[in-house]
Amino acid sequence: MIIMKTNYKSLKIFVYIFLVGYCLLTLAPFLWSILTSFKTTAEISAGGSFFPKEWSLKGYQTIFDSQFPLWIKNSLFVALVTTIFNVLFNTMAGYSLARIDFKGRKVIFSFLLMLIMIPSQVTMIPLYIVISKLGLVDSQWSLIFTTMINIAYIFMMRQFFINFPRDVEEAATMDGLSRFGTFFRVVLPNAKAAIATQSVFMFMGVWNEFMKPLLFISSPDKYMLTQGLNAVSKQFRNATQWDVIMAGAIISIIPILIIYILLNKYFITENNQSAGVK
Amino acid sequence: MGSKRLQNIQGYSFLLPAMLVILVFTLIPIAYAFFMMFFKVDLLSGARTFIGLNNFAKLLDDPKFWASCRNTFRYVLFVVPIQTIVAMVLAALLNSKVKFNRAFLTIMFIPTLTSSSAMTLIFMWLFNNNGVMVNLIDQVFGVRIAFLNNPDLALSVIMMMNIFSTVPHFMTVFLSGLQDIPESLYEAASLDGANAFRKFMNVTVPQLMPITFYVVTMGLVGCFQIFDQAFIISDGTGGPQNSTLTFSLYIYQLAFNSNDMGRATALAFILGAIIFIVTYIVNKWLKADEVNG
Repeated sequence: MIIMKTNYKSLKIFVYIFLVGYCLLTLAPFLWSILTSFKTTAEISAGGSFFPKEWSLKGYQTIFDSQFPLWIKNSLFVALVTTIFNVLFNTMAGYSLARIDFKGRKVIFSFLLMLIMIPSQVTMIPLYIVISKLGLVDSQWSLIFTTMINIAYIFMMRQFFINFPRDVEEAATMDGLSRFGTFFRVVLPNAKAAIATQSVFMFMGVWNEFMKPLLFISSPDKYMLTQGLNAVSKQFRNATQWDVIMAGAIISIIPILIIYILLNKYFITENNQSAGVK
Repeated sequence: MGSKRLQNIQGYSFLLPAMLVILVFTLIPIAYAFFMMFFKVDLLSGARTFIGLNNFAKLLDDPKFWASCRNTFRYVLFVVPIQTIVAMVLAALLNSKVKFNRAFLTIMFIPTLTSSSAMTLIFMWLFNNNGVMVNLIDQVFGVRIAFLNNPDLALSVIMMMNIFSTVPHFMTVFLSGLQDIPESLYEAASLDGANAFRKFMNVTVPQLMPITFYVVTMGLVGCFQIFDQAFIISDGTGGPQNSTLTFSLYIYQLAFNSNDMGRATALAFILGAIIFIVTYIVNKWLKADEVNG
């Protein structure tokens, strides 16, 4: 019995060591980048110490003197508008598939299930041609329109509404609200948690997207932040000004990190997109 | 009867925005892709000539196609098993009644939040010729390894980066699956005298099978499409010596550097078919394993 207990204890200690180790491993690259962003370019090319010998804000200054603030604004605009459209349209579609008994519902559902299997790269080139035919190349609306809905979140909302209590809706209908009235005044406010989950992941997805902006946007003043960051890195890499590049990378992460800290519970506990397949 | 019709109208009007977007930005491109594969399409002039299966024939004769094929498969073969196993083990450890598991989880999730571009730049800085990893290895082993300039190693940096940033996401998926495993199964295993490792192998792993299907499928689909990291690390070239040229990157090059939309679409179709077939085979194989085990 005693042997088993010590065994168990040493196992626990091993688990803690492993978890703490993995956390350190996770944080190390970020920590190193933050420290780098505060060093001078001269110190970086000389190699040298862990902490900056003299803390310098030069990297951040260079970043803010570039078009970076504009790119942050562009990304904020596109990510916000896209998120709003997604919340509205995915929720409406999910609600319809879960709650309205219309003809062809099953067919549409299986059709969407099939579409989600198609890898996005397969349609990327023809999508580019569609975008150019619509005259949307180099317009931020190309990014918004093509990302306006998300089938995975339509499924998530459908799943949510299937379990949503029916009597709440029925009471609203009794009060004489139309279907749209019921949806906007009663259903949406009650779906807050699911909508929050959807929003944080949509916002993050658009904020972090790289390929679409690369294909659709070409003028530097319309760049998304990820694209701008890549441009900055190309500009400063040969001069080994890694302080500037790392400052840019760190700044680009901060907005998502803030949302992550504020809305943490929506990122993790309900981050279960596999709910539909179980 | 009137209410039935009303329901139909309501159902479709709620679906209308989503269906419109899907029609214009998914279905039309798919239809267009099936058509473009068989044509020579010039992006600039828009001129089209029917060439049958010529786009596919040209690809099969193309050493860059085979390079991208080799790199992408090598990438998938390494990344998918490793990220699945690491994510599962981490999730099991976090679920084993440890204190501060929420704090651990919160920290571990950070790489998933980071954009591929920021993450790639951070890893390029770590593995750069003057980077901390190169210097550390130099201090310990006395060799300077030029990760990013070495054709044998450049892709492995991308592999490490992807494992680093996708593990936390899949870990949370496994975690939610772990919470559904009935405690009684572990109690029964304890009565049989199973140790922690046996319990993990005999209870956790089989019980998580449906979640593992999901994680492996998403992993395969994601890894086969690897683009951002390869593009940023090689500045779009796929170098050094085509060692980071992936399917997606080659599609991009064909479309936007060679202006050959037809061949790019043909390659995209091949990629789609490969993803579909491999996912199907792997899922069949995992399912068979579940039945036997």
